[in-house]
Amino acid sequence: MLDLSPDWGVILTHFAPELILVIGALGLLSYDLYVRGKDGLQPWITLGVLLAAALATGWLYTMDPAEVFEGRSAGEVFRSGAFLSDSFTHFFRLMSVLTAGLVTLSGIAYMRGKTAFKGEFYAFVLFAALAMNLMAGANDLIVIALGIEFLSLVSYILTGYIREDRLSIEGGLKYFLYGSITSAAMLFGLTYLYGIAGSTSLPVIAEAVRQPENLVVTHLSTFIVPAALFLVLAGIGFKVAIAPFHQWSPDAYQGAPTPVTAFLSVGPKAAGFAVMMRLFITVFGTPELSATWLGVLGALAGLTMILGNVAALTQSDVKRMMAYSSIAQAGYMLVGIAAFGGTALMGTTPLGAVLFFILAYLFTNLGAFAVIIAVDRLTGSSSVSAFAGLSKRSPFLAIALTIFFLSLIGIPPLSGFFGKFAVFGAAVASDMFGLAVVGVLTGVVSAVYYFQIVKTMYFGDPAEGGALRPSPGVVFVVATALVMTLIIGLVPQPFIEIANQAVTALEPIAGSMVAR
Amino acid sequence: MNAVPLGHWLLLTTALFGVGAAGVLLRRNVMIVLMSVELMLNAVNIALVAAARAHGQIEGQLFVFFSLTVAAAEVAVGLALVVAIWRSLGRTDVDDVSVMHG
Repeated sequence: MLDLSPDWGVILTHFAPELILVIGALGLLSYDLYVRGKDGLQPWITLGVLLAAALATGWLYTMDPAEVFEGRSAGEVFRSGAFLSDSFTHFFRLMSVLTAGLVTLSGIAYMRGKTAFKGEFYAFVLFAALAMNLMAGANDLIVIALGIEFLSLVSYILTGYIREDRLSIEGGLKYFLYGSITSAAMLFGLTYLYGIAGSTSLPVIAEAVRQPENLVVTHLSTFIVPAALFLVLAGIGFKVAIAPFHQWSPDAYQGAPTPVTAFLSVGPKAAGFAVMMRLFITVFGTPELSATWLGVLGALAGLTMILGNVAALTQSDVKRMMAYSSIAQAGYMLVGIAAFGGTALMGTTPLGAVLFFILAYLFTNLGAFAVIIAVDRLTGSSSVSAFAGLSKRSPFLAIALTIFFLSLIGIPPLSGFFGKFAVFGAAVASDMFGLAVVGVLTGVVSAVYYFQIVKTMYFGDPAEGGALRPSPGVVFVVATALVMTLIIGLVPQPFIEIANQAVTALEPIAGSMVAR
Repeated sequence: MNAVPLGHWLLLTTALFGVGAAGVLLRRNVMIVLMSVELMLNAVNIALVAAARAHGQIEGQLFVFFSLTVAAAEVAVGLALVVAIWRSLGRTDVDDVSVMHG
């Protein structure tokens, strides 16, 4: 065992973003306790806490790990910890802060008046960001299980947040029922992994599965490892909403308060893929071991892309349509993971492509949802007909939503195009032509349902003619998302480099690197 | 000392997990579904303790404490949702709770 006597300096430094989020969330709860309803400061406190967490993450980004660990190699400390604070974690820390921040900003006006429990809502947003951070850095089965459960519980509560709204609690209950079943399955899978390897630490498990003769139940391990992986995949697949674990998502998305829907479409997906990559690539990423799950992952990716894009065609509620759309997007991300063994393309590794895709998707999807939040708040409905004549009632929102949809379809030069190009390129490079073809074809199908809404916005007759005035928060989020969608599309190189640097932490662990 | 081999524990827990899963899939009352989920989680706990004993170490038993806590938190959230549904609907059957579909 390494000498890991508690070095508080190191611990505080590397947990800084998480500590800030915990203190911020608890502080917000106590603040709300004493000044409940007297002012509207809660969202601004939330944004302040998120900004502090972002700054702390940026500070960690620039830090040389060797300095922090006072001579011990970063690899030694990192490999043995239950929580890793490496470039991969930093990337997803930024993702979680960005998601929570943009959701908060676009949801301020929407949540005002919807509920008496404002402070708790924003505290849960902070807790959700914290849970995503924990998932991204988890290097131990216990931390993985706790992180996923933490995010799940927070998501159930946020989905059912408006108690007076039938749809909200129905969405929350369905989300909860599916979630508790899949998380029990995932825990069972994690237990099997622990049982065969004799440790909950990912590097130790990695070492154990590379020497099958040392496993505890050798005669069963050829069967148990794939079974355990499939059970774990059910739990993670539920979080990221890939078929066939997606059934909760249309109901939860439709029922949840719209800002929460925006959060669900990005936050849990990003964090779930972070866990999936960390577990499947670092532990089961060698050519022999990955043979047991790559085929399943590829098949699920194909199924997810087809199902998401086809089911979205017939939806009459925009939030529900976006649920299927985000299922399809998860399928594209999964393609990149299934192709992880492939060679580099366009200067990106396949996993770098996935991270780049998630980054592009975050801004585009949250921007689209900011528009939906505004329309939902101002018209009181999220059905497609509520968008009729939006081009006359608010030209800014209509143009912005059109651009976001073009990016989600994957039209150059928007960010979504490069995301898709990178993951499908990775699929082709690793001889998965089938997946790339399915992805491109279903992408064409997706144009149909996005353009149904664009058509309604530009050629539909509005039920009422008044101009819609989005709140300043929504305008800010839409503008930011527009700028980022264009910048990532026009100048993708710096973002590709960030994504590539983040996945350097994800090399499959070689046996010799493990410190026991 | 290790009288019962690990394989037997695995069979027991798999069976228990299967019973719980069957309850989740077949029963329609939300309360019974919640109880079935608890059964699945208890299968996990038994498997963890058995594996920890087989390995002669404590990590698995630590895991059980976390797993128990998570199960309690999950039930708290689930019951809150069930109460909210009960207030608005007067019933708690899974099939009744479906305004949304498609």
